[in-house]
Amino acid sequence: MSGTAAAAATAAIPSIPRDDDGPVFRAPWEAHAFAMALTLHERGVFTWPEWAAALASEIKRAQAAGDPDTGETYYLHWLATLEGLVARKGVASTETLHRYRDAWDHAADRTPHGKPIELKPEDFAG
Amino acid sequence: MRLIFAAMSHDHDHHHHHDHDHSELSETELRVRALETILTEKGYVEPAALDAIIQAYEIKIGPHNGARVVAKAWTDPAFKKALLEDGSKAIGTLGHVSRVGDHLVVVENTPARHNMVVCTLCSCYPWEMLGLPPVWYKAAPYRSRAVKDPRGVLADFDVTLPKDIEIRVWDSTAETRFLVLPMRPEGTEGWSEEQLAELVTRDSMIGTGFPRKPGAPS
Repeated sequence: MSGTAAAAATAAIPSIPRDDDGPVFRAPWEAHAFAMALTLHERGVFTWPEWAAALASEIKRAQAAGDPDTGETYYLHWLATLEGLVARKGVASTETLHRYRDAWDHAADRTPHGKPIELKPEDFAG
Repeated sequence: MRLIFAAMSHDHDHHHHHDHDHSELSETELRVRALETILTEKGYVEPAALDAIIQAYEIKIGPHNGARVVAKAWTDPAFKKALLEDGSKAIGTLGHVSRVGDHLVVVENTPARHNMVVCTLCSCYPWEMLGLPPVWYKAAPYRSRAVKDPRGVLADFDVTLPKDIEIRVWDSTAETRFLVLPMRPEGTEGWSEEQLAELVTRDSMIGTGFPRKPGAPS
């Protein structure tokens, strides 16, 4: 897209980023979520048609719940799809996902600002 | 480049009360970390392999794989014929590694027909050829309007086509992805594949743009 085309398109479709190439990922976690799906697919956990169906229904569900579906929440749907498939395929239960999420929260809480956050066994205690 | 998690985020979806002398992860980051930790512990995922994928899709792949294919089709009639008959097979002979999607269909623009690609359902996209999809490709306005009003959408991209040119919109699925083979720009007679590949833009392979003209800034 040329600069003027990008500007015109941005005006017409609010979700278009102002950068010519567009941000590939808006945040590192999006890239991680993307890469995890590729890896699980390579491991045979799901097929792409299965993934597409799950993602489409996740997006539909989110739209029904009022998500504007402008592309900005796209990777949130992607992540929810991952969690759903991982649970359904018996890789990790929803309960396990929650336990690890809380442990990471605990790890963040005890880590001083600006230091790398690491998960330790003690984080699972609370 | 190695991607790391941002350690200090201030998302509003985080419900706990926090003082400001320690780190915070957004609710989303917590979920991603939880998943990645579990998958690593269970042996589904290796952090180094994840990084390699992230780098490949962000930097190494990009649209230049697709650009190489288009430039070769412009200069090699036998390859072009094979490409239009079976895109995946023809591209396989170039040594590209396809990670996503097995069935790639290449659709050719002609003076009578312009092709454009969308995924109305979600955002299926030939990643291995074009890198990651731009945000607008994933957005509802493009997905819903491309089929109903392709000329209007193209106008938003500063692409106007004469009325007698047919516009064909291809809706991607998980099994079938589409790549547009744009028309070779005039004034490029005798150019090498490498020179031609420089003219091929990502949008020209989605059908929402044209290749650069010779001499235009890249």
